[in-house]
Amino acid sequence: MTAITMTVNGKSVSADVEDRTLLVYFLREHLRLTGTHIGCDTSQCGACVVHVNGRAVKSCTMFVGQANGAEVTTIEGLAKDGALHPVQEAFRENHGLQCGFCTPGMIMTAVDMIRRVPDLDRARIRAELEGNICRCTGYHNIVSAIEDAAKKARSAA
Amino acid sequence: MIPYAFEYRRAATLAEAQTLFADAPEAKFLAGGQTLIPTMKMRLASPSRLIDISGLKELSFIRADANAVSIGAGAKHFEVAAEVKRAIPALAHLAAHIGDPAVRHMGTIGGSVANNDPAADYPAALLGLGATVKTTARGIAADDFFTGMFETDLEDGEIVTEISFPIAERAGYAKFPNPASRYALAGVFVAKTKDGVRVAVTGAAPCVFRAPDMEAALSESFTPEAVAGIAIDAEGLNSDIHASAEYRSHLVTVMAKRAVAAALQG
Repeated sequence: MTAITMTVNGKSVSADVEDRTLLVYFLREHLRLTGTHIGCDTSQCGACVVHVNGRAVKSCTMFVGQANGAEVTTIEGLAKDGALHPVQEAFRENHGLQCGFCTPGMIMTAVDMIRRVPDLDRARIRAELEGNICRCTGYHNIVSAIEDAAKKARSAA
Repeated sequence: MIPYAFEYRRAATLAEAQTLFADAPEAKFLAGGQTLIPTMKMRLASPSRLIDISGLKELSFIRADANAVSIGAGAKHFEVAAEVKRAIPALAHLAAHIGDPAVRHMGTIGGSVANNDPAADYPAALLGLGATVKTTARGIAADDFFTGMFETDLEDGEIVTEISFPIAERAGYAKFPNPASRYALAGVFVAKTKDGVRVAVTGAAPCVFRAPDMEAALSESFTPEAVAGIAIDAEGLNSDIHASAEYRSHLVTVMAKRAVAAALQG
């Protein structure tokens, strides 16, 4: 057991957990933040993407000890004061989801890519979504949502 | 999926990491964990202690001069992709296409090299450019470093600290990724160096290897056409649910042509 302290969605959290605990289980089962999903569990599908110190990572492929002392943001941390984050809003506007299972990971990946890549076009968005799998939408509206959010982020900047 | 129980320790220095390794029976070093953690979740690996060396400042640097690029073992793929674009564009391209963005935010060059996955990208760059692997004990030429499937010349407790890549006149990398894992079904790195042409193949066999026939042909004429008629014998190549040995043999030739074309453009 190890004492873990980290900041999750702006709040400091501490817990004693087994060393083999994966970050995703810590978030879901200890903190009850179940917006972060477990899809494939083999590091391929991206449903578990969260931000650790500002970068998108797969929380099923990280032990909680590696995030000790880090700042973690999950899908629950994006909306502020009851207002959706612009990327969440764009997914709603563009119907960027069907069953919604992959959506938290898609949105966390999208927020990261918009922050990182200045000139996102549709081809680049598709390439950047390499690590996020959606089994319903065919990706078309997800790409449209991210393109829309990226355009709005650029014009706001 | 839950791995077997183990003890997690974060090392503050390389020296501490080595001490932590020495006093545990089945210790393993943890860098980015993008291969090791999935392997542990599948319960194919069960270290008693994981020693996290990912935060070590000593291993976190990228330096370039006129002759070589030196990359600290802790450099993450996205950092290499961004920072060696000018010095060795083919290496930046390779790093930018490992796994996916989230994997590139965690995975490190030292971890990839020490793990020597048969389908990893970096081993092709090391062997193709004739790099030197520096460790806590010594320097090892890439030609001697990769010894077999998931096997290297590293001794127990020896840690990769730096990779030094000589700058080539021209270099290119092309891979055919598995559409699910993005690991290379076949990847070919070609380089025209002052000591001759080098061609390294990953993903196709149990371990990265050089292709002497292609090297000889490219020494005569550094063009895609020069390798178009050269096939690697399918005997000894990997055959699995993703691709047969014959298909991999075919892919190696196609990737070699593309890598040469990329080298001529870059």
